[in-house]
This record gives sequence, structure tokens and C-alpha cells, in this order.
Amino acid sequence: MKSLRAYGYAVAAHIGFVAIWQMAVMVSDIPAYILPSPWATLMEIGESSYNWSTHFWVTTVEIFGGYALAVIVGVALAVLFVWIPAVNAALMPLLVTLNMVPKVAMAPLFIIWFSYGIVPNMIIAFAICFFPIVLTTYRGLIEVEPDLINLVRAIKANRWQIFVKIQLPGSLPYLFSGMKVAAVLAVAGAIVGEFIASDRGLGYFLLVQQNALNTSAMMMALVLITFIGVALYGLVLLLEYVFVTRKGIET
Amino acid sequence: MSADPFIRLDSVRKVFRVGGAEFVAVQDVTLDVREGELVSIVGPSGCGKSTVLSILAELYTADGGTVRIGNDAAPFTPGRDIGMVFQKALLLKWRTIIDNVLLPAEILGLPMRESRERAGHLLEMVGITKFADAYPQQLSGGMQQRASIARALVHDPRLILMDEPFGALDALTRERMNLELLRIWKESRKTILFVTHGIQEAVFLGSQVAVMTPSPARMAAHFDIELPEPRTLDVKTTDSFGEYTRQIYHLLGMD
Repeated sequence: MKSLRAYGYAVAAHIGFVAIWQMAVMVSDIPAYILPSPWATLMEIGESSYNWSTHFWVTTVEIFGGYALAVIVGVALAVLFVWIPAVNAALMPLLVTLNMVPKVAMAPLFIIWFSYGIVPNMIIAFAICFFPIVLTTYRGLIEVEPDLINLVRAIKANRWQIFVKIQLPGSLPYLFSGMKVAAVLAVAGAIVGEFIASDRGLGYFLLVQQNALNTSAMMMALVLITFIGVALYGLVLLLEYVFVTRKGIET
Repeated sequence: MSADPFIRLDSVRKVFRVGGAEFVAVQDVTLDVREGELVSIVGPSGCGKSTVLSILAELYTADGGTVRIGNDAAPFTPGRDIGMVFQKALLLKWRTIIDNVLLPAEILGLPMRESRERAGHLLEMVGITKFADAYPQQLSGGMQQRASIARALVHDPRLILMDEPFGALDALTRERMNLELLRIWKESRKTILFVTHGIQEAVFLGSQVAVMTPSPARMAAHFDIELPEPRTLDVKTTDSFGEYTRQIYHLLGMD
């Protein structure tokens, strides 16, 4: 684990950021509807008519749901690619092409296909974040020292043993690097979905408040979205610590 | 040479096909190894040394000649009686040293309690008992290589194949590991094939040295090495040691 001092710097930087924001509002005469103060932003959480908890939980479910789906499908596909080279040869290029399609641009189509609500937004979050997981996990699974495979094949290890004892644990550091990238993308995916069509969620709330020029409520929504993202990222870091860092495995 | 060696290789040949072209990976491999003998195979890169080990480990099949391992006194079970050590220690980063050593026992489905006990003894033999519960990256290169030697022995195979096992170590550690290997070999009484490109190392360790040359990759000659026993570093200063190494340098066109 990092030293206490490193954590001190990190906390200080966050506090410093908020302090500069507060100072900027105080010394300049930027009107509050352009840049509200941190305090004014925070106070919005007390406004019960905003239904914060509904929006917060809808967005949280979309992000975590889409992300979990991406991890499951992504890892399963990577395993399939490693086990069946023909599938890899056929599907990997297709996947690369499909990944080039901007998922954000596909969101309006998803709405037509799946109607609007939590599920289509979850699918958009999934679509935008599963590719890095497939790619990094696949790479982790195939990056094994050839001589290590020779060593166990000389004692007639079967494919399953090689997979479970060598490939799968060896791929974990790669999987986690993909999961960290995907965590950021999942948040963006869910919010884009809400922008395009929804009646609940923090993205939806942002658009509604924009019409009212209620900047401080918009800022509070952003803070909450960031909070969800940080919580997801923190969960991934925790899992990485348990399964990788603690055992001293690095790539 | 006894009439019934543990390993008999006779005119073994291996061809690789790349695209439409064929090239000879190795040819004229003829070698008899007695049970319990430590034989060095020496030669420059690209002479087919590793290919010979791969054929013995059944990772490749030979395209010509005879390969026979085992005799009536010492029957050989393919896939069971092979232990391998490579230039890299190839330890699994997420396993402790003792669990790394146990990997072949797990793969072969050996009883774990006995294997764990045996692994403990082997760690003692290679001198890293205190690192049993450490992770590989906490150990120096030499210590990691000791662990990989213990791993090659854990399932009690009859034949140990070593492919430049000390090639990545610094010169002093390498000399120390040479002495350690001789001790481990005597204690374990295994048959060892030791591939190296170090001529001095080959002569110092082997009771015979097979010399391989590149282009064409073939086994060019072999020497029975007779040096004072037990072999200590003093042996390297003897006239006969110098004579053997001189002859091998000459064969490899390096004099």
C-alpha cells in the first residue's frame, strides 16, 4: 500500500481544487447561474422536490449493471477466443470493426430497439465498455511464456489444467487494467443513454435543470455522477488489491 | 558404454516445415546416456541443442533415427518421468515458492500430503527452505533457479532436462550453481541432460560432453570426460580440463 504521506497529498489536492473553485466565485463577479459556489452546489442536495435518491439509484443501477454485464460477456468472449482459434480468427476482426462504430451514435437506435428506460441505458453502457475488457483479457490469456507451456506439456498437462493453473491467474493483471478503463467508459455510456431518452436518472435530471438554468443543481448532479464513478473505480481497485497487488503480481 | 543405456539416440533428425520450405533443425544426433549420468550438450546458438531436449520431452517427434528412453532396470514412463529446467525460472508469480514447486505434482495428480513433504525436503536440498512461503519476485535470480530445480524434482522423475539453466545468472552465481548442481545430482541420483553454450561449464559438469555445431545443425562429436573426483573448482586448473576445453573450442572453430 502507498504511504500515508501519498494519501495526504491526494486529499490535499482534492481540497485545494474545491478551495480554488470557492475563491474564484468569491473574487470574481461571475454570476451564480454561470458558476455557483461549492457551498451553493452542496446545498442543492437538501432540495426534496428534486428526487435525488430516485435519479441517483437509477443511474447507479445502469452503470453497475452495464459494467457487470460487460465484465461477464467480455471475459467469456476472451476465453472463447483463446479456446477456439477459428472463432478468434473470424470474430476478432468483426469485433474491431464494430468497436469503430461510435456507440454514442448508436444510442438513438438502441432507443428504437429496446424502448427507453433503465435496460437500454444499461445496454449502451455495456456496449461502450466491454471491448477493452475483451481485448486486455484475451491478451493476458495468451501472454504466457512458451517454455512454461513446454514445461507442463512435458508432463502431459491437459488444456484445462494449463488454463486454470497458468493462463487464467496470469491474465488477472491484464483483466484489471481493462476493467479500469471500462469503469470510466461505463459512466459515460449510461449518461449518454439518459441524455437521449429517459424519464429518470442523473443525466435526465441534468437536462431538465438546464432548461431552468438551475446551474447549482446541475453541478450537484455532476458531483453525484462522479461519486458513482469513483465508487465503481474504487471497487475495481479493491478487487485488484485482493487478487493481484497483495500477491505481488504485476505485469 | 554399457550395452543397455538409459537413453539411446541414434542418427536422430528433426525437420521443420515453414510454408513450403523445409529446414533441418538438427541431424546426426547420436548419444548414449547411462542411468544416473550427467551429460552436457554444448554448442552455439542455433545448433539444435534445445530441439534435442524437446524430442526427449516428446514435445516434438523425431523425423528420423531412433529415440529410446528407459531400460529394464529403469523403466521410463513418458509424461511422468520428465522434469525440465529452463534459462528463465518460469515461476508463477501468484504462487509461493513451495506451491510453485508443487505444480507438477498437482498436474500429475499425485497425493498432495506426501508431495508437500517431499517439496519441503527438496527446498532443503536446494538450500531455500526459508523462502518456502515467499513469492518468487522476492528472490534473486539464483534463488529462483534453485526453486525451479526443486520443481523439476518434485514428482521424482527419472530424467531431468536442463536448457541453459544458469545462462541468465552472473558469473559468480553461475559457478556456485554449478557446484550446487553437482551436489544435487549426487544426492538425487538423477539422469541429467544439461544444455549450455558454456564450454567450461559443460566440461566441468559432464561425465560426457556432446558437442553440437550449427549450419548444418548436428551433433559433431562427443568426449568422455575424466577428471579428478569429487569435482571442485580446482579441477578447472588441471591440465586435462584445459585439454578438453581446448579440443572443444577447436571443434567449434574458435581457436
